[in-house]
Amino acid sequence: MSAFEYAPALESTAIVDIKERYGHFVNGKFQAPKSGKYFPTINPATEKVLSNVALGNASDVDLAVAAARNAYVKVWSKMPAAERGKYLFRIARILQERAREFAVLETLDNGKPIRESRDTDIPLAAAHFFYHAGWADKLEHSGNGASPKPYGVVAQIIPWNFPLLMLAWKVAPALATGNTVVLKPAETTPLTALLFADVCRQAELPAGVVNIITGAGETGALLVNHPGIDKVAFTGSTEVGKLIATSIAGTKKVATLELGGKAANIIYDDAAIDQAVEGIVNGIFFNQGHVCCAGSRLLVQESVHDEVLEKLKVRMANIRLGNPLDKNTDIGAINSAAQLAKIKELTSAGDQQGAERWSAPCEIPEAGFWFAPTVFTGVSQTHRIAREEIFGPVLSVLTFRTPQEAIEKANNTPYGLSAGIWTEKGSKILWTASKLRAGVIWANTFNKFDPASPFGGYKESGWGREGGRHGLSAYLKAIK
Amino acid sequence: MIIDGSESSLKSFLRTLPAVDEVGAHARAATLATRSIKTSSKSWAIDMAIRMVDLTTLEGADTPGKVRAICAKAVRPDATDPTVPHVGAVCVYNDMVGVARSALDHIGGRDIPVAAVSTAFPSGRASLAVKLQDTTDAIALGAAEIDMVIDRGAFLSGRYGEVFDEIVQIKALCADKAHLKVILETGELVTLDNVRKASYLAMLAGADFIKTSTGKVSPAATAPVVLVMLEAVRDFYSMTQNRIGVKPAGGIRTTKDAIKQLVLVNEIAGPEWLDPSLFRIGASALLNDLLMQRMKMRDGFYASPSYVTLD
Repeated sequence: MSAFEYAPALESTAIVDIKERYGHFVNGKFQAPKSGKYFPTINPATEKVLSNVALGNASDVDLAVAAARNAYVKVWSKMPAAERGKYLFRIARILQERAREFAVLETLDNGKPIRESRDTDIPLAAAHFFYHAGWADKLEHSGNGASPKPYGVVAQIIPWNFPLLMLAWKVAPALATGNTVVLKPAETTPLTALLFADVCRQAELPAGVVNIITGAGETGALLVNHPGIDKVAFTGSTEVGKLIATSIAGTKKVATLELGGKAANIIYDDAAIDQAVEGIVNGIFFNQGHVCCAGSRLLVQESVHDEVLEKLKVRMANIRLGNPLDKNTDIGAINSAAQLAKIKELTSAGDQQGAERWSAPCEIPEAGFWFAPTVFTGVSQTHRIAREEIFGPVLSVLTFRTPQEAIEKANNTPYGLSAGIWTEKGSKILWTASKLRAGVIWANTFNKFDPASPFGGYKESGWGREGGRHGLSAYLKAIK
Repeated sequence: MIIDGSESSLKSFLRTLPAVDEVGAHARAATLATRSIKTSSKSWAIDMAIRMVDLTTLEGADTPGKVRAICAKAVRPDATDPTVPHVGAVCVYNDMVGVARSALDHIGGRDIPVAAVSTAFPSGRASLAVKLQDTTDAIALGAAEIDMVIDRGAFLSGRYGEVFDEIVQIKALCADKAHLKVILETGELVTLDNVRKASYLAMLAGADFIKTSTGKVSPAATAPVVLVMLEAVRDFYSMTQNRIGVKPAGGIRTTKDAIKQLVLVNEIAGPEWLDPSLFRIGASALLNDLLMQRMKMRDGFYASPSYVTLD
């Protein structure tokens, strides 16, 4: 060996036990689907089938909603709040105990690097349960009135980019506030949700408090439109979010929607350049760019554009793409063939509209879905790659001359989920943050998450907040 | 020439350097610390790390006997295994240079340089005349590498010109006779911004290597400090086409620590720096841990510590 080449350091998969097929988890038990149908879920890094999961139809949804209603009326709404909190603490501890099992399974089903599932997804999921466990018996101090009340039965639909973490963001506050849940994981990543069903069993959570049904968009629509649902919580595309908003209009149902984004990551010329480059990489290449709050639009001050781009390309050439189970992998597989096709379609639109593409030189494995980390320079506001959410490892670089121009460009989007500011000057951080129309703003960092910090968007990036006290409000009727 | 050596040109140049964000630098170092180096890459890294060790003894209690013992260890780290490479250098106090040189020459270690700590090491609190004499003595006794300390007092009070001039004068004494390593003593500079500034100051003044610490102050070679210094040599190379070496010293005791350093070198400065001519590790106890891990890789089990020699 002439250079320091890292030998494969594979995380063992022996710890996970994936069944050949899974039914719906309803009323505390796995049950065969009334539809009688199953569909496969694959490992996107190999395209091999991992398991088959139940396809939910209207009868399946009926049963799940009825189980959740029954549990709400008979058990969960009557239980002292401190007791509810104990279940959440128990779940949090079990998630920690079984962290490696969850991390491996998440990586298999999703394609994300084991380093991220191990160091980010799973610890944060446990942290969300710990955080909300503490709130369960203190809700009257949460700023939602003297005696806030749960809605009842909540329909929760989560995306494929952070399967277990998004489950935790949804299930933990819902249970802490006294609601019961019917959750539908994304059709490409159902396995950690189904393993979470086993955690509920292990924690002896009363039957029907958490129900998990699997299926694609049609199953989700059946759930959202079910008359037994009191509240809808959805994370996913703006397109589907709009459908949900339309379908619940005129009903008693309320909704929190956490939708797409096209975040501006603003690099001023007085930034700490090396760390800003890290922030750019973390902002767009974390989780293969499958992040709704990804820093997908780099706004860099013209005077440092060349320096930043030069350093960024050197850094990108160091990104290790490959087997997600390798502990040294930085960027894993694209989650599905459909998503890969979408990334390819948008990036070729970038080429056609005259932006200049540069991709990190890396070997692409033969099987599976992959996309090399890519940066487009010479992008203008009119390009599709500057406006549409790519949801992949693709960065669009725009420049600005003055702080005012940075703000105008940053806010010139239908989205408003997140933004980043990089400067060593504190006053400039405060000035910029006060002008940005985005729900989450990071200063000299990016993609940092904490259960105590509310997360959510402006404009077409969504309604409501998740996390923190604000996130509790989304699951409580404030009775003043 | 980037600067003309005047106080004002140094100040204005150092001011143009981008700041270092402490949180970001720590986060990057922590991520790189999760790299998992196994099997063939681990074997490669262990041998490379042995070749990079500046085997050091810097005690008031050093004696000719002690110095001869580490010289023997430097030439043949593992008495039972001739495939183990020799270390990068032997690092001693000024007055032990002659002993080390003749011991090495005597036992087939002619190509192992002797490094001498110099300029009133470790504090640097002496007159310039004393510092120059200190260096002259070491070179006369056969030191091929001079590990000098900077005047941290001058640096912290903003007298960059003084720090610069001192390095320039020591460098002039070294000329083509000795390699100059400049010790920043980062534990006393404290901030990463200072580490970056001091790195550039040393490189501009003619350092062949920049070195983190004396080993007498804690913290010493922490990962974020080494990361910032590796960024500095990388960027200095793209400015001047001149590759400066880096030497972390102090606190690197285990194979795991050493491999983390090599990962930093590989991913921050680049693979060109993975060579004893551009990266050294100042250490003493580290060598035995590297040898133990090397035996484990070879034999498949951990040997008793009795099988490595204590020198």
